[in-house]
Amino acid sequence: MTGADVLLLALGAVAVGAGALVVATRHLVRAGLWLVVCLGALAGDYLVLTAELVAWVQVLIYVGAVVVLLLFAVMLTRAPIGPSDDLDRPGWAAALVGAGSGLGLAVLLIDAFRWSRVDLPDAGTAERLGEQIFRSWVLPFEVLSVLLLAALVGAIVLSRPDIGRSKASSPADGDRTGGGAPVGAAQPADEGGRP
Amino acid sequence: MRPVIPYVTAALLFGLGVYGVLRRRNAVLVLMAVELMLNAVNLVLVTADTTVKAVLPHSGQVFALFVIVLAAAEIGVGLAIVLQLYRLRASVTVDDVPLGEPVPAVAVGPASGRPDVEGAVR
Repeated sequence: MTGADVLLLALGAVAVGAGALVVATRHLVRAGLWLVVCLGALAGDYLVLTAELVAWVQVLIYVGAVVVLLLFAVMLTRAPIGPSDDLDRPGWAAALVGAGSGLGLAVLLIDAFRWSRVDLPDAGTAERLGEQIFRSWVLPFEVLSVLLLAALVGAIVLSRPDIGRSKASSPADGDRTGGGAPVGAAQPADEGGRP
Repeated sequence: MRPVIPYVTAALLFGLGVYGVLRRRNAVLVLMAVELMLNAVNLVLVTADTTVKAVLPHSGQVFALFVIVLAAAEIGVGLAIVLQLYRLRASVTVDDVPLGEPVPAVAVGPASGRPDVEGAVR
């Protein structure tokens, strides 16, 4: 056991424990905050595995953006502050499938790698990764940019009630997702249609 | 470095994500569990970068970056859908979503099928 192994074990335990709390807690907001702990521990894992750029991108995008988006969604859907009892559906099927897939994959990977030891490769700095992305993986990179554009347009179309609505149906019932703040529920649709 | 440690971490995280997706009823919590699964995949990719001697160096980390971008796009569209669901039904419980029948309030184009009377009452 080297220092890297001890770090990986500790960070992995933190990540798995926080992940278990994410799927088990009865507080909606705390689930998001435990997700921060889990993702942060994973970023530490990436650092130990010499993936510097991936670690910082993880902190920037996941911890910084995705969790904030999720907490915004929790608040915009008027989630209760205290513990809520109707978050889970009963049944052992989920536990069975989850434990089966998780432990099955773990057994498979333990059987494949045993207690073997590898040397850590060169650090994945921004320079090396950028060289790879813009030399060998340019086409997937460009396709991903088109996908981000499509996701952007799709999110806008979904959250605007006045797009794609048939003429016969009633006027819109407010635009709550557009500006982030709840607007009056009786606002007509045309006011949201600024160019 | 023993690669089995991060691999087992990733496998357990993936199992937790599967459990969360199947168990949770709140759509936002389902999205959080999906994030756990995506992160488990990322950890596998980054660890594979250290164990597999590929022709192109750092391919695993490049793919982890791609998966992070995909997750960002997924969470954006997913939350737009969740908020639209909340606006229509005042609830984000995935059990209550009627499958297979068009909801009258968002009917696009000619409405096919009978109106969803039960959903309109609820």
